[in-house]
Amino acid sequence: MRPDYQISQLDALESEGIHIMREVAAEFERPVLLFSGGKDSIVMLALAEKAFWPARIPFPVMHVDTGHNFPEVIEFRDRRVADLGVRLVVASVQDSIDAGRAVEETGRHASRNRLQTVTLLDAIEEHRFDALFGGARRDEEKARAKERVFSFRDEFGQWDPKNQRPELWNLYNTRLHRGEHIRVFPLSNWTELDVWAYIEREKLDIPSIYYAHERQVFERDGLLLADNPFVPRGQDEPLFTAMVRYRTVGDMTGTGAVASVAVTVAEVIAEVAATRITERGQTRGDDRVSEAAMEDRKREGYF
Amino acid sequence: MDILRFATAGSVDDGKSTLIGRLLYDSKSIFVDQLEAVERTSRDRGEDYTNLALLTDGLRAEREQGITIDVAYRYFATPKRKFIIADTPGHIQYTRNMVTGASTADLAVVLVDARNGLTEQSRRHAFLATLLRVPHMVLAVNKMDLVDYQAEVFDRICEEFSAFAARLDIGDLTFIPMSALHGDNVVDRSANMSWYDGPSLLHHLEHVHIASDRNLIDVRFPVQYVIRPHAATDADLHDYRGYAGEVAGGVLKPGDEVLHLPSGFTTRVRRIDAAGVEVPEAFAPMSVTLLLDDDVDISRGDMICRPHNRPAAAQDIEAMVCWMSSDQPLARRSRVIVKHTSRTVKAMVTDLHYRIDVNTLHRDEAATQLGLNEVGRVRMRLTQPVFCDPYTRNRTTGGLILIDEATNATVGAAMITEAS
Repeated sequence: MRPDYQISQLDALESEGIHIMREVAAEFERPVLLFSGGKDSIVMLALAEKAFWPARIPFPVMHVDTGHNFPEVIEFRDRRVADLGVRLVVASVQDSIDAGRAVEETGRHASRNRLQTVTLLDAIEEHRFDALFGGARRDEEKARAKERVFSFRDEFGQWDPKNQRPELWNLYNTRLHRGEHIRVFPLSNWTELDVWAYIEREKLDIPSIYYAHERQVFERDGLLLADNPFVPRGQDEPLFTAMVRYRTVGDMTGTGAVASVAVTVAEVIAEVAATRITERGQTRGDDRVSEAAMEDRKREGYF
Repeated sequence: MDILRFATAGSVDDGKSTLIGRLLYDSKSIFVDQLEAVERTSRDRGEDYTNLALLTDGLRAEREQGITIDVAYRYFATPKRKFIIADTPGHIQYTRNMVTGASTADLAVVLVDARNGLTEQSRRHAFLATLLRVPHMVLAVNKMDLVDYQAEVFDRICEEFSAFAARLDIGDLTFIPMSALHGDNVVDRSANMSWYDGPSLLHHLEHVHIASDRNLIDVRFPVQYVIRPHAATDADLHDYRGYAGEVAGGVLKPGDEVLHLPSGFTTRVRRIDAAGVEVPEAFAPMSVTLLLDDDVDISRGDMICRPHNRPAAAQDIEAMVCWMSSDQPLARRSRVIVKHTSRTVKAMVTDLHYRIDVNTLHRDEAATQLGLNEVGRVRMRLTQPVFCDPYTRNRTTGGLILIDEATNATVGAAMITEAS
């Protein structure tokens, strides 16, 4: 049937992801999967479902909720979690602000992006999570390109990029002292196109905002931002209607839309394959701070 | 479409970053905003050319020092294959990171500057790639433009390297003359070297045959996780007991007679599930779930193989070790934790036979310890047996990592040479 015993690149990536999921379930006491309702975490959750089938996923999922989400994504999150019968932990940035643990940024570029780190690390401590699955991919950003699949965090949640554990073959060092944890990235070797190809092949359900739709938007710093209650608009930032889709899903405050006519996964794939701009470069305000913005946030404990 | 994982070794001076930059650029895997960021930074630093190394050196410290410290993974695809590049550092003080990148590679590209010929560094890179049993190697003789594309220069370097390679055990070796800067023989065949009739680097990467690099003979299935749904309401699920793991060798099919270690009990494969669907066969690197005919007490760390083809159940192992700790050396009586497939046991070093000079291959039998980035042959005694094969036979069942008991740091990689 297959005389050379080859598997396709998507099967190889899927198999690697499943291996990573099972290793975590076997070796950690309190893992959790970070689920935002974005496409990468959707694929990650699909891998978890397959890794333990026909048993249920043996860990909860967690959403770090900035309170500035797209309503379509929250609706999707709740529906998906209910379908799978997994427990959802919501860690709220608003709660961190109310408790005085985090201070809301002010001004035109105010965002809760950076505050998420406080909420995330507090939730890890409160629930004593020792392993967190994240959907980050190495092709997204140059600091992420350097990160291990099993990425060690000290008791302050910090990443030390100059002192990472060597990671050989598929043998992952999962040993920790109390208070430390590991971030695990099963999609490390996936590219944006792999994720879309997998969504297409597996017919995965995704939030509607990933497809082209009509939306009231305004332009700021080259990003098309959605009209939303969290970002005050300037006089010089008029609203207009455009056909857009989202290439990434984050906060309404910092995630830009892209002009698009793609209403099916195949059409999205065609657009993604043709684009000459990275997804974070095209859609994220948070990476524009400096050359090392992602490395700096990761050091502090960001996703 | 399949995946080829390859590691690049060489320093910035050899043109490694230029080579990677060119592969990414010519395969349209560099995006406009990435290139603009690199151009901006190059300009800000007063460099008069676009420094493509800034694309791959992703850490602040790397950009400051202008060197690669840790492995960066890069991705590109052509209609033939998906490629994962492990861009590894060339400096000796980051050997452990190069070893990390080489451990999963199907192919290693060792870069040499045509003007300098073989250096201590190129010998070390070739040795480490061989130690990790990277099945294919390309010696990329770069900067041919600076030696007027002379065939004699290329031939001389190839001869010198072949003489050195004879002392190593390199499965498949290819020599390619190129100029990464000008694109000669990187993606397209060069018009400047009509005397060379081999493939361009990309053509070689697209066509090198890797399917038979895996062991498809010796069935090895380390049990990683036991799946028991415990669903009392559903009769099918109630009795479901699946052994999950990644196939490390051989081909498994329903009906096959298999043997469980450590019990020695034999049974048959009833069914194989992969990612939620039943499949007719399983082979490396598939993650699958095996259902067996008989109820056997099987747990994580056990091994499933064929009755007449078993791995060694070894408590004493001989191995080549690459030591990765700067805190303390490895010596006789050192204690470590060993992780091998899905089994973790304690171990003590009972002998250090020799340390090998990674630049000259000289064996120092008087050595009493291995320091950071040093390689040597050791004997270890384990508290419990591991089910293993020589690393030359199987990279999965022959490899293990060493972990420090106190700090939990990964302090070494070991390749089994003999087990008993």
